[in-house]
Amino acid sequence: MITTATTCPYCGVGCGVLVQHDRQMPIAVSGDRAHPANFGRLCVKGSALHETLGEHGRVLHPRVDGVETRWDDAIDAVVTRLRATIERHGAESVAGYLSGQLLTEDYYVANKLFKGFIGTPHLDTNSRLCMASAVAGHKRAFGADAVPCCYEDLEQARLLVIVGSNLAWNHPVLFQRVSEAKRRDPALKVVVIDPRMTETCEIADLFLGLRTGGDIRLFNGLLAYLSREDGLNRDFIRTHTEGFEEALAEAQRAPDTVAEIAKACGLAPTSVETFYRWFAREPRVVTLFSQGTNQSDRGTDRVNAIINCHLAGGRIGYPGAGPFSITGQPNAMGGREVGGLANQLAAHMDYHTPGALERVTRFWATPALTPRLPSAPGHKAVALIEALERGEIQALWVMATNPAVSLPDSQRVRRALERCPLVIVSEAMESADTLAYADIVLPASSWAEKDGTVTNSERRISRQRGMLPPPGEARHDWQALCEVAAGLGYGDAFDYQAPWQIFDEHARLSGFENDDTHGRRLFDISALAGLDAAGYDALAPIQWPVNARAPHGTSRLFEDARFATPNHRARLVPIVDEADTAADRDFILNTGRIRDQWHTMTRTARSTRLNRHRAEPFVELHPDDAAALKIRQDALVRLDNPRGSFLGRARLMPGQRRGELFVPIHWNHHFTTAGLASALTERRCDPISGQPASKSARVRIMALPTRWEASVLLERMPQRNRLAALGIDYWTQTPLRRCVRLQLAASVAPTREALFEALFGGEPTLWSEPSDGIHFRAAWLEAGRLRGWLRVAPAPFEFDDDWLDLRFADASLELDARRRLLAGRGLDERPQGRIICSCHQVGQRPIQCALEEGCLDIEALGQRLRCGTQCGSCIPELKRMIGQANHAREADISDAG
Amino acid sequence: MGMNERPALVIIGGGMAGQRLLEALVAKGFQARTGLRIVLIGAEPAVGYNRILLSPLLAGEVERDALWGRPAEWYRAEGIELHRGDPVVAIDRSRRRLTTASGAGVNYHRLVIATGSRTRRVRVLGDAREGVSEFRTLGDVDALLEDDLVDLPVCVVGAGLLGLEAAEGLRQRGARVTVVHRGAWPMNRQLDAEGGRQLAARLASRGLAFELERTLAEMRADRGGRLQALKLDDGRWLEAQRLIHAAGIEANFELGRDAGLECGQGICVDDRLVSSDPLIHALGECCEHRGATFGLVEPIWAQVEVLAAVLCGEPGCFEPLPSATRLKISGIALYAFGDPCPCAGDRWLRYFDPGSGDYRALCLNGGVIRAGNLINDTRLGPAWYHHFLARTPVEPGDDWLFDAASIARPSQHQDPIEEIA
Repeated sequence: MITTATTCPYCGVGCGVLVQHDRQMPIAVSGDRAHPANFGRLCVKGSALHETLGEHGRVLHPRVDGVETRWDDAIDAVVTRLRATIERHGAESVAGYLSGQLLTEDYYVANKLFKGFIGTPHLDTNSRLCMASAVAGHKRAFGADAVPCCYEDLEQARLLVIVGSNLAWNHPVLFQRVSEAKRRDPALKVVVIDPRMTETCEIADLFLGLRTGGDIRLFNGLLAYLSREDGLNRDFIRTHTEGFEEALAEAQRAPDTVAEIAKACGLAPTSVETFYRWFAREPRVVTLFSQGTNQSDRGTDRVNAIINCHLAGGRIGYPGAGPFSITGQPNAMGGREVGGLANQLAAHMDYHTPGALERVTRFWATPALTPRLPSAPGHKAVALIEALERGEIQALWVMATNPAVSLPDSQRVRRALERCPLVIVSEAMESADTLAYADIVLPASSWAEKDGTVTNSERRISRQRGMLPPPGEARHDWQALCEVAAGLGYGDAFDYQAPWQIFDEHARLSGFENDDTHGRRLFDISALAGLDAAGYDALAPIQWPVNARAPHGTSRLFEDARFATPNHRARLVPIVDEADTAADRDFILNTGRIRDQWHTMTRTARSTRLNRHRAEPFVELHPDDAAALKIRQDALVRLDNPRGSFLGRARLMPGQRRGELFVPIHWNHHFTTAGLASALTERRCDPISGQPASKSARVRIMALPTRWEASVLLERMPQRNRLAALGIDYWTQTPLRRCVRLQLAASVAPTREALFEALFGGEPTLWSEPSDGIHFRAAWLEAGRLRGWLRVAPAPFEFDDDWLDLRFADASLELDARRRLLAGRGLDERPQGRIICSCHQVGQRPIQCALEEGCLDIEALGQRLRCGTQCGSCIPELKRMIGQANHAREADISDAG
Repeated sequence: MGMNERPALVIIGGGMAGQRLLEALVAKGFQARTGLRIVLIGAEPAVGYNRILLSPLLAGEVERDALWGRPAEWYRAEGIELHRGDPVVAIDRSRRRLTTASGAGVNYHRLVIATGSRTRRVRVLGDAREGVSEFRTLGDVDALLEDDLVDLPVCVVGAGLLGLEAAEGLRQRGARVTVVHRGAWPMNRQLDAEGGRQLAARLASRGLAFELERTLAEMRADRGGRLQALKLDDGRWLEAQRLIHAAGIEANFELGRDAGLECGQGICVDDRLVSSDPLIHALGECCEHRGATFGLVEPIWAQVEVLAAVLCGEPGCFEPLPSATRLKISGIALYAFGDPCPCAGDRWLRYFDPGSGDYRALCLNGGVIRAGNLINDTRLGPAWYHHFLARTPVEPGDDWLFDAASIARPSQHQDPIEEIA
């Protein structure tokens, strides 16, 4: 047994993970106590990492035009076709679309190849979808894409403002750190600002459920308040900033009384007043923001509206203070460090950075080769798709991302991908929808195999260490890139044998001419240059900058209040108020992640327990809206707008604002009929950052006229066209361990014969039916083995699919099990209900029982059922249940009284 | 049996009802409490055997000894006088005196008539002296077992409880058995059509032949008067060397009728099981209560409890409840209650597993359970039956086919089936 220390591949917290393995299969994972991001903690996704591995569902062999080929032939095809495209249409007809899932080394090689040697500026990354506005905001305010804070600041703050982030679900380990800090020091106040009352509100002292789009008004109002109520740090403003007067004047243009602001934001004036007062009086304040802030067509302005307040109050550059952008992806920051965004050149140098083009050219030149860098920025993600539509881009290489699902207005994206004459997709998972558009597929290595570095949200570079051999013919992305580079004649510049060599070059470039003479760049890891293989392998997590002045890294930026602007002053940016969102019949659609899934589910859906928390795509809406629309809990609903539609199950949530909806971003065509949040989102982007506004599409909602619903378990997912032929309007598949669970719905019931034939190939072995002629249950057995299970019944679906899943493994069903098959659960087992604690697989029902029996606190529940004792990400939900139980008890007592 | 002996409680009938009554009386200390002797007079040579075990005995599944719950010494020890193989032929109510077939006279102080029932024979043209029998008594079974049954062509008339048990028992002994049944499916009094078809299919797969919706028209015997063949009402002839009548029963009430007791289909009794003569009670299959006669063990056990109390001078009131039929035909368990005949507003929930032979059917009507059938896996039966008796309001969800046991039982009803099981 070997233990490898590596880094989690999910969110931007970048937790250290210890993996026990035997070089073939991982056996167990645990949090790395030595890693400063998590100190041993792991969330439910991280602790299920080993369950998501294995060869099944992996892309194992290259494919060219749909035909499996040898690796070398596939590389030849890439080279030949790219060369032909470049010859016919020019270098700028070639584009790349990368991912925050790539390691820094992959990213570095890709950036160097595309921009430096192919000579196209059109290389962008899916980080555009989550971080671009924060990047742009940082650059405007600080002169560099620099996150000032570190995680310790979250614990050292006395006031933590969480804006547009469901930290509890999306960055669970940070949420745990904050929760623990708050437990230690109850004086730590937490304000949550979000249109939705999320699980994060669990730790909130104050919740501001502002209307979508109210952010700028709220923070402009704060700036005006600070000025009015003596909350400014005038020394700091005078000495270290510029633009304050203009920013304040803009903030004061709209009526800036608390009452007016509260009204405009849809908030209670007392809540706004409290927030402002706390902010004005507390020096140690951190404002943590994430996608709720960034994913807007005013995302950059929102970021700067927040930063303005920190600068005006001087609340930056010391422990427990600063604006803190939390990234969504494991290596969003690493990608930016190498220059992976289309507006960047390399190593935090932009096209307009004086001398940068020439400097990078010199750095990348070899005796035989001179790079030919483009001179101006390329297309950002959404514009890249538009360039595909116009035919300007003739070849696109997609790496480690699933744009057919994740880019906004996905129908249009898919059409554009279809149009593109050459689509190369480097991918690890067969379930990625984008593979359907690939002319050439290159099998890629994945987390447990990849070796390199990632940078988390606090600028901390950590090693991700490969431990397993890539399956089939899968190779590392940097290897594929180097082979293609060699084929195109650039072998000299891409002569890497191992990731440490790439990292060394990356570190050297970060320090190359990075001095007072040439102008200093904040991103500098030159002290890590020169590491050999062993030194690189032993690299401990470290925060950049890492250079001669800070050889051990830098936990906090701007402690000297010298910013990365030419005059070293931070800039306050005047922020024009957001236009009022016009009220109409349409709903505003918010989108986001759920606790137990990651992105497009290609990995997390491989873990059965991660599929249990939310098994189907859903739409959250306020119960009053639901009542007005006659939508019941768990009813199937349809969202529509001119771009597309979405089918999911209604979840009635009092924490949802009226007129606003929420859908998860994870489901896609592989898992459901129409569960793409991106089918509805707009390509409307922030004009500065190019980040799409993914949280404010307009949609209509209606109950899906469903007359027939069925739950199906069978050994593998049937052909989708069979479902279509049956007239199924809605399906969702959930992979279990030994079978697939399908949820089906239709407005017209398919005939039994057709259903039996299409799904199970014939009549059932046993069945049951109530007299209404519609609802029934059936099971298919073959030589005593369970092969299929069907229940036609409306929601809620009460059966124990764990138990049934186990039955699929029975070589021969016991008679008692056979008799319980259609009951859908074993004799002594009541279904768990929805899984609340994923780590220990504890469902709603046992928790409810324990609550009724008086286990009315987290500790008691944990002792009894183990729920909440591992990753803790279910604790907010548990607390809510405890609250409800207490409430019910009090009601009982008052009734009795 | 002298005149000067202590006065006696006399029970006519050594069947299951009479035996059960003895047990109940002994348990209550009847003799000590009343000073009465107990005398039991049985028509059959055997007394107190478990008639329900006749089918397993026929099938060879149990030993003959298993039929008796009490050894002969028990009767002696409890001071019970037994007269076996000597049926009572007359009751002289004015002299409170019985006469038996052997001419003996027995005085009674109180009398219980528990003469049971007999097979109702269907009328068949023709005559056969040998090969026609019934399936009611140990004697019937002994007679059947005297012959070599292997490959013997046998016809059983009636696919009710009795007929199926006889047929299956004979089949297990190697006979080639055809069951002729007037109904469209076996056990049509207890099972719905689907259940009946499932049961027929199950039995047919074991080798029983069924002639459903058929009656017997004629029989043919050889010169020695031995049965050879039977003609069905559609004109076909079946080879048959044995004919077993098992199509229903009728009460043995003539003894009471001839003594001038009020009778209908049986000897009429009130809620205290008293006949039109206050000193005479009737019990079990020979009695008629509120116009109903009885063929299943469950209500008769309830009668026994009432009668034992009444005889001891305690209050007692027989409240007939719809019964649940629970039986076992060599491994095929059956549980049925309620009337399976279609009725307006019925909603049937059904479960089928032809592979294992399991069948479950529950009939709801007006928001309550109206009937239930279970074949093979009958574990849900008692729970369904409770809700049926309690008239629990039920949702028509098909969960009932699987999990009635998990639904809270109404507490006011005990489970008579489980008590005897």
